[in-house]
Amino acid sequence: MGRRLLGAWSLLVYVFLYAPIAVVVFFAFNGGRQVLNWDGFSTKWFGEALSDPTITGPFRTSLLIALVNALIACVLGTALAMAIPKMRTWVRNPVDALVYMTLVTPEIVFGISALIFFVQIGNWLGLSSILGFWTVLIAHVVFNASVVALVVRARFVGMGQTLEEASYDLGAGPISTFRQVTLPRLAPAVLAGGLLAFTFSFDDFITSFFVAGAGTTTLPLRIFSSLRFGVSPIVNAAAAMILVLTLTAIVVAYLVLRRTERKELAWQSR
Amino acid sequence: MAVEVARLEPRRRRFSAAGGPRYPGWLALPAVGWYLLFFVGPLAILALFSVAERVGFSTVVYTFNLDNFADLWDPLYGKVFLRTLQLAVVGTVATLLVGFPLAYYLARYATRKTLLLLLIVIPFWTSFLIRTYAWLIILAPDFPLFRALRWAGIVPSDLQILYTEKAVYIGVIYNYLPLMVLPLYAALERMDWSLVDAAQDLGDNAWQAFRRVTLPLVLPGVLAGSLLTFIPLTGEYLVPVILGGDLTVYAGNLIGSQFVTSRDWPFGAAIAMVVVGAMTVAVLLYARLARREEQFGG
Repeated sequence: MGRRLLGAWSLLVYVFLYAPIAVVVFFAFNGGRQVLNWDGFSTKWFGEALSDPTITGPFRTSLLIALVNALIACVLGTALAMAIPKMRTWVRNPVDALVYMTLVTPEIVFGISALIFFVQIGNWLGLSSILGFWTVLIAHVVFNASVVALVVRARFVGMGQTLEEASYDLGAGPISTFRQVTLPRLAPAVLAGGLLAFTFSFDDFITSFFVAGAGTTTLPLRIFSSLRFGVSPIVNAAAAMILVLTLTAIVVAYLVLRRTERKELAWQSR
Repeated sequence: MAVEVARLEPRRRRFSAAGGPRYPGWLALPAVGWYLLFFVGPLAILALFSVAERVGFSTVVYTFNLDNFADLWDPLYGKVFLRTLQLAVVGTVATLLVGFPLAYYLARYATRKTLLLLLIVIPFWTSFLIRTYAWLIILAPDFPLFRALRWAGIVPSDLQILYTEKAVYIGVIYNYLPLMVLPLYAALERMDWSLVDAAQDLGDNAWQAFRRVTLPLVLPGVLAGSLLTFIPLTGEYLVPVILGGDLTVYAGNLIGSQFVTSRDWPFGAAIAMVVVGAMTVAVLLYARLARREEQFGG
């Protein structure tokens, strides 16, 4: 096959990858009542979306869950990433397997398992329903701690231990060594992992769908429930805003990681 | 050289740069505890539920009976599982066919590889729901491009893609393409292209050289990408719900409906166990193939 043909195919695939995103954002600026009937450029649906309490409420819930989830996932994931490399093989292998399992298990399987689990816990505690904000948060942290652990670990393993040895030699204890030497060098990876954890939680649908219960609605749940009635311009505007928000978070995460890598390379080549 | 390295090894290990700074193992405890309680715990309860019994509308009694699994032995559910297997196999192969030429181009010819690779990954990190929802707009009969094609007579006027299996396959290829392309690219990137040139100098045509040189060398990447696509497809839920019609029910949807509408949780748990079983078989098969590849390939 010719190089040109492959190039043309690749270009088509890129169009295929980005066309849907572009279409959602493009039609969000359609002033008409129907998403697909173009009726002039307008930003009014963004305004409508931002003043619709059935969208802003779930938006706030999603934001809060995603933030707290990212914080917990950063603490758990970073601590795990720092402990894994020095473990013995017979401890490390099952822990590693557990980390990967949380990421590859089909979400529907984890979602219904978590639902059964939380309902049973509620029954044992004698509560009618514990499903809601906290159960969504707990379930999100499960796979996001793994995301942070993988991102941080790649950085942690690559950074060597000479500076820490020096810190110990100069009389610093483990805690101040962590605070003054390891953490500052690890921070970009933690930040990048945290941003990913934030977007994964903010975007999550299936797990939230099963463990949110009746009283709690996240933004993806709100969007999903409206799809049954077709595509509405308000929801489309909300979807466009989510896309832009998560795309920004991801690009920032990437740039942060790349900058530290470059700095590290410059430092090593000195 | 080898002797020197061997001699240096013990000394270097004490101040080893690899593996990162030394921190105590108990730091893993909070995360591992979280996993055990909120991941292993739920999966264990799922297994318990799959052999439990439903009494009345929503009361569940813990027993050990395999009735839930026996109930699955029904042509109706057999069809659903076959359709799921078909989705997983055909979806994986289709994604491979779309992704391979792209990965090949990136690895062999492209100039700005990092950027192009990043552009493949970025959509993957945005909302799965919204990416799927976007196809709801594009495949709608009212979509301007569609209207134009119909008006020009290029597509038949009664062409319906949305709410059929076709839409499900499009959504699947779209969502899983990055998972396929990354391992493919990793394998193709390591290729020594002079081997292909050598094969062609020795009389192979382009296709023969591809089949006899390139393909065997990148097979591990093909296997890894296929596994990464196949696993989530066995439990696919969202794409059929949004883009498929009422007739496109897959195992994932069957599980979901037991929890959303029929409230037969033990039965739903049993279907989920079957999906997990199929997944495990796929992983074991992969591990076996990958090991054979390591021994005889390369």
